[in-house]
Amino acid sequence: MSSVGIAQALPGRRRFPAFRRLATLLGVVIVGTALLVAIFAPYLTPHDPFAQDLNLRLIPPVWMEGGQPTHLLGTDQIGRDYLSRLIYGTRISMLIGVLAVITSGLIGITLGIVGGFYGGRTDDFVMFLITCRLSIPLILVALTVVALVGSSLAVVILTLGLLLWDRFAVVARTTAMQVRNLDYIAAAQAAGASRVHILVREVLPNIANHLVVVATLEMALAILLEAALSFLGLGVPPPLPSWGLMIAEAKEYMFFSPWVIMTPGVVLFVLVLGVNLLGDGLRDMLGADLER
Amino acid sequence: MTASLQDPVLSVANLRVSIGGRTEAVRGMSLAVARGETHCMVGESGCGKSISALSVMNLLPRGIIRTADHIRFQGQDLLAMSERQMSRLRGDKISMIFQEPMTSLNPAYTIGSQMSEVLERHRRAIRRQAMDRAAELLARVGITAPGMRLGQYPHQLSGGLRQRVMIAMALMCDPELLIADEPTTALDVTVQAQILRLLQKLQQELGLALLLITHDLGVVARMAQRVSVMYAGEVVETGAVGDVFAAPTHPYTRGLLDCIPVPGKTQTGEPLGNIPGMVPRIPPGFAGCGFRDRCMSAAPECAQAVPLRDAGGDHSYLCRLPPDWTRASAA
Repeated sequence: MSSVGIAQALPGRRRFPAFRRLATLLGVVIVGTALLVAIFAPYLTPHDPFAQDLNLRLIPPVWMEGGQPTHLLGTDQIGRDYLSRLIYGTRISMLIGVLAVITSGLIGITLGIVGGFYGGRTDDFVMFLITCRLSIPLILVALTVVALVGSSLAVVILTLGLLLWDRFAVVARTTAMQVRNLDYIAAAQAAGASRVHILVREVLPNIANHLVVVATLEMALAILLEAALSFLGLGVPPPLPSWGLMIAEAKEYMFFSPWVIMTPGVVLFVLVLGVNLLGDGLRDMLGADLER
Repeated sequence: MTASLQDPVLSVANLRVSIGGRTEAVRGMSLAVARGETHCMVGESGCGKSISALSVMNLLPRGIIRTADHIRFQGQDLLAMSERQMSRLRGDKISMIFQEPMTSLNPAYTIGSQMSEVLERHRRAIRRQAMDRAAELLARVGITAPGMRLGQYPHQLSGGLRQRVMIAMALMCDPELLIADEPTTALDVTVQAQILRLLQKLQQELGLALLLITHDLGVVARMAQRVSVMYAGEVVETGAVGDVFAAPTHPYTRGLLDCIPVPGKTQTGEPLGNIPGMVPRIPPGFAGCGFRDRCMSAAPECAQAVPLRDAGGDHSYLCRLPPDWTRASAA
């Protein structure tokens, strides 16, 4: 049990190479900005993201020829301000990312902890569920559900939440297995703690650092999947300004107006990159014992 | 049912523990601990000491089955208790201290929060009262600046301090019985002595029944009133500690005592005793003496059931040999 060493005693005090700290900082800045933008969207948008103006169709961004200072990132094919739509799109991406992660986290962590802690038949059952989930093709199920139920924000969030829990379950199960044999669990039992208490108050806090990392990765995945579903026309219904939907709507114009497809693409890429960088940084800081 | 003063706090009769039907970890162990008494269980690793203690608490891992004629705590039958009743007893009337102070505190919570939780759970105390009680007990186990320690995390404490915290935590609800499973094995020698002195003092002051598991005969001599020597899941010899140390009768007890250098008696250069081999795994259906493969005095009849013999007083042992046997007479 000598693993409780200095590394654990001084969480986050280890020195990392400068580029890794810089990468983490970048991740924090990107995700933090996205969060602020999502929250304060109504105050940041220069125009109504739904207002159409057919006289101002496909205006290029301000730094290109023909750009107008009133529409910094230009307008789309029906004259809606692109910057405003991007800002509201951040809201949808972040909302879906966070809510899908919460839903899938609840399912996956519960299953994983219970399976990992109790072992035996319970664990077999959880493993069976995980295997079942892994054999389900994500996009196909999402497409079917949306086709049957119809697309709405809530349906997308629920579908993603119900499909993305596998990694939570796997990580929670493995880490709960490592924790369940430690003495403080036995000590808690010997002090009369109930089962629920042991799972929630003794095990969960000690595997939370691993789960936070999974949460960031899943969030990036959820954001990408939403974009993919919206692109296929089965995600967020128009005229909601989802980035994937923006890309889909712009694809017919990309030959002459490439910015309409590049802008949401770049923003999507930057946000997902930021979330992943943040996840890597968190892993370095919290999971001192992951590398040993 | 009320227990009279003479009744033992804990009494275990004929406890048997089977691991997955393949190994008999404990084979008919009996034991009694009275109020204000320290009872030591001593033996090598793998003799079934810890597993006996866990059986009393009903904290055996899955797949390990205990049976017994009775396990009584203050007159209540622990065998008949539901898990809910047991968990109400654990940490309240029966407390346990573990071997590894480094890992027996949860790294995610402060000392104060872990300690007060016990009182909140069993006594429905509010946090502030529980914290006061925790501070009082920390002071009692010899921790200076208890107020500061309450706000610290386990990683900020040394091993000796953590074991003191564990002891204080075990005392939160004024237990009647304290089971200490090798509480000093993982500590430095100097800290060991302090912790033992502390346990002894607390036990006398609070009138605890202390069941102390150890493999250190020095600890036994110093702490115990009664001792049970365990070997391969059986109590091979039990009695008042003075009787057992003065006249060890079972070959295993004699062997253990021979392994210890005694100042003034063991000569320089003279080899210490040893017991060749290691503790066997006992399969179901095993008969006879578990020690016979390692015993210097083994005879063919050791493969049959071994009698429990009385060596006078409360001192009894499990061997075919008479109480006054010598190496020469046995051979």
